[in-house]
Amino acid sequence: MIEVVGLCKQFNRNVVLSDLNLHIAEQGIFAILGPNGSGKTTLIKSILSMVIPDKGSIRVAGMDVKKSSDYRKQIDYLPQIANFPSNLKVKELIRMIKDLRGKTEKDQQLIEQFGLQPYLDAKLGNLSGGTKQKVNILLTFMFDSPILILDEPSTGLDPLALIQLKELILQEKQKGKTILITSHIMSFVEEMTDEIVFLLEGNIHFKGDIQTLKKDTGQSDLEHAIAALLEKNHV
Amino acid sequence: MFKILKYSFYDLARSRWSYIYFLFYLILALVLLFLNNDLSKAVITLMNVIIILVPLIGTIFGVMYYYNSREFTELLLAQPIKRSSIFLGQYLGIALSLSFSLLFGIGIPFVIYGLFNSGAIWDFSLLLLTGVFLTFIFVAIAFTISLNNENKIKGFGYAVLMWLFLAVIYDGIFLMSLVIFEDYPLDKLSLLGTMLNPIDLSRTLILLKLDISALLGYTGAVFKQFFGRQLGLFTSIFVLCLWTVIPVLRILYKARSKDF
Repeated sequence: MIEVVGLCKQFNRNVVLSDLNLHIAEQGIFAILGPNGSGKTTLIKSILSMVIPDKGSIRVAGMDVKKSSDYRKQIDYLPQIANFPSNLKVKELIRMIKDLRGKTEKDQQLIEQFGLQPYLDAKLGNLSGGTKQKVNILLTFMFDSPILILDEPSTGLDPLALIQLKELILQEKQKGKTILITSHIMSFVEEMTDEIVFLLEGNIHFKGDIQTLKKDTGQSDLEHAIAALLEKNHV
Repeated sequence: MFKILKYSFYDLARSRWSYIYFLFYLILALVLLFLNNDLSKAVITLMNVIIILVPLIGTIFGVMYYYNSREFTELLLAQPIKRSSIFLGQYLGIALSLSFSLLFGIGIPFVIYGLFNSGAIWDFSLLLLTGVFLTFIFVAIAFTISLNNENKIKGFGYAVLMWLFLAVIYDGIFLMSLVIFEDYPLDKLSLLGTMLNPIDLSRTLILLKLDISALLGYTGAVFKQFFGRQLGLFTSIFVLCLWTVIPVLRILYKARSKDF
């Protein structure tokens, strides 16, 4: 589904990604992990063409991302920081995104699920961080695209909403979608994901399932296994 | 692109500032027309206000809108929409909504005044045309500046400086150079100098049309001498078109390679 070849990107003199290759062919949930500044968001934004790579090529569902914007119909993206135009009402934003992307009936169900009815007439600027994130999730999940990219999806959510989010992600997985997630919460990653892609200093240092990672590093839980990966590479 | 344009336009149409801008022109034009006996004097006063104010408002609105809608832009970038459509749509949204404020603000008083029966309709149309041109030009330049500056304060500063330069400082330098080099033939230089500044160009254009170019002095006379009235008009409009198209191309170019 997603094929990244020889991706390089630097911001001014700061090299963020250097010759990164990533091939995700199958369905399932993939976690992109790595310390702060390892290039997770840059990788995701490159796949979405929000960041223009210096070198390398990216293909999504067989389409070259440089050639056309149509491939983004295949992707639902949850951005890391939910910033919306503040003078717009929630329902206006939903209507607008529907207008831009096409019809969907799923929004009603999601509004109920996340208890967003009381906020529909509120301006986005007046919402709390968690409620904004719920709107963010709603906008992402209301379309049925084969690829889901979630950048720190659990930020700011209360426990109930977090459980609902997990259910939602698993439902999408059942449908046979490819799901990319970044997160700093290891328990969330361990619970949800099939495979881990570990980024360090702009390159992939590990790609495989959690069991293999634990075995390779000789650790019993994921948090320590990741820490061991980091230590090994810093020595 | 038209969907983006529609949303940007609606967004601004609901903004308080669009109405303040509209009301300002409405009151200004009403006062000038009904408390003044001489129509052509009213047009000149309006021109003087438009030529300074339209670029200023276009610049400030353009910069503010760009920085305020950054989040919105990022949201749109993840959707299956071309980058050029997003930025062109937003640009046209602002430029059109400002133009409408201007057109209605000045147009309504003129219609009440009985414009359609008067001979001043062409002067008036030209006034509005240059006003619209200046709006499109300065919003485009403001957009280019903001696209090139990640820092809001810097972008705002550069944009206001650009306006100050074209509206005030440029004229000063122009005048100084005319005084300093007065021993030389300056016709071509002043002609070029006028072309290079859309504000000066608009002013010259209207004054040529009003047939009082002598009032402006040198630039007007030079224009008249060089082009005659028709050719001067078309050349000016062509140069104004260039002034619009070049910053818009620059927006498209910059938008294609920018990281968000």
